[in-house]
Amino acid sequence: MNDTTGTKDPIPVSAGSFQHSRNRLRIQDEKICIETRDLNLFYGKDQALKGINMQIPQNRVTAFIGPSGCGKSTLLRCFNRMNDLIDICRIEGEILIEGQDIQAREVDVAEHRRRVGMVFQKPNPFPKSIFENVAYGLRLQGVNDKRKLAEVVESSLRAAALWDEVKDRLDDNAFGLSGGQQQRLIIARAIAIEPEVVLLDEPCSALDPISTAKVEELIIELKEKYTIVIVTHNMQQAARVSDFTAYMYMGELVEFEDTAHLFTNPKRQATEDYITGRYG
Amino acid sequence: MEQQFDQHISRQFNQELEMLRQDVMAMGGVTEEMVRDAIAALIDCDTAKAQRVIDLDNEVNEMEKEIDEQSTMILARRHPTASDLRLVLAIIKTVNDLERIGDEAEKIARLAVRLADVDRPRGNYHELEAMGETVRRMLHDALDGFARLLPETAVTLFQEDEKVDVEYENLLRQYYTYLIEEPRSTRRVLDCIWIARALERIGDHSKNIGEYIIYLVEGKDMRHATRKEMEETLSDRS
Repeated sequence: MNDTTGTKDPIPVSAGSFQHSRNRLRIQDEKICIETRDLNLFYGKDQALKGINMQIPQNRVTAFIGPSGCGKSTLLRCFNRMNDLIDICRIEGEILIEGQDIQAREVDVAEHRRRVGMVFQKPNPFPKSIFENVAYGLRLQGVNDKRKLAEVVESSLRAAALWDEVKDRLDDNAFGLSGGQQQRLIIARAIAIEPEVVLLDEPCSALDPISTAKVEELIIELKEKYTIVIVTHNMQQAARVSDFTAYMYMGELVEFEDTAHLFTNPKRQATEDYITGRYG
Repeated sequence: MEQQFDQHISRQFNQELEMLRQDVMAMGGVTEEMVRDAIAALIDCDTAKAQRVIDLDNEVNEMEKEIDEQSTMILARRHPTASDLRLVLAIIKTVNDLERIGDEAEKIARLAVRLADVDRPRGNYHELEAMGETVRRMLHDALDGFARLLPETAVTLFQEDEKVDVEYENLLRQYYTYLIEEPRSTRRVLDCIWIARALERIGDHSKNIGEYIIYLVEGKDMRHATRKEMEETLSDRS
């Protein structure tokens, strides 16, 4: 055999690495951030959400998957009251964030949306400089101190893994960035005002695979500080980034489990059919 | 193409693959220890050591299940491709062979316990000791080759395994003679045959691991290949 065996550096083996899969995530062990109780939502006569009861854990990534029209985006939009903008929309039931009913009359919607940020499918930067895009939320809050603004812009861009790419051209127009960079800029803008929850509605559907991988990596890092809820058409993305996954169909929550379990051994046949591509 | 398993954009994926690799190495370390101790227990009449080997087999079984579970998780969640996919597949196969090696070592340990109460042969099982050392080294080299991604290891393991097979045949012939000449030692000689058989199997499993290294590095399936085919595959490398 190799005569040199034994003279080479030993391959390092970390002791106790055999523990990772034992730590299965369970909802009941988690601190809950968002909770819905018997949530029904109607667009006119059409019922888009049917009796949704779910608990979304804090500082975790929760993914909503399901076919088009299953209600996943509608549910996501409920969390920062985007549905308020639709006249024919009617909501029954409760939505609690940190125990507070977000639909209560006294809730200030603008303040609520500061706590619950949102990122959409297509990056939507303002026609301003990179710096001003990120500083925008703070300026709205009346922050004008230049040092403070510069600090927050830098830390937000760093957190969004974009700083190194844009630090030398902060005054350039944001439209000059690539799609993937724009989407990370939007995420930086969302976190600059220190929300508690970040909602992502198909954040990578307009991005190439490399940009997608960067945004996914970012999502995983962001959960340290924020609760993340992501809607995605891409099941593999849900499998990669999320800790918990909800499968929705026709306005109902079919299955809500820790992602590892849902993608290896789902409880419901409907979930199995969807994730294995047997749906339809 | 050089394989690097820590260059993914996803750091978590890097970690998962690295963890999986380390787990295989840890499992391999335990099985190697089992092979060494099983033979030592036989030579030294050390039943306590043999018992420890028997206990370790449970640990190896658990490790196999855990690594399989981790691999399943990576396949389900990461959809690895190319060298990443081959790494996970090679690991699933390697772990299977390691588990069997653990079983064989346990078998030897059980026989060592039984033989501890029996008269020793003149040579005190030195032929089994030598064969045990050879297959233990084969296992060591297989694991080393796997860790360092050295496909050449497969060829050396192939050669070693051929030698072990010849050695096994010779031993069997020798034991048959004992059976005829010393009918009173039948039980002991039969146990020795079982031990030789277990060692020969450990050699086979180590050789298999070598073949998985070629699959992992070159993407070529070298199971049931001849040594010549193996060498040709490795010399074709660009």
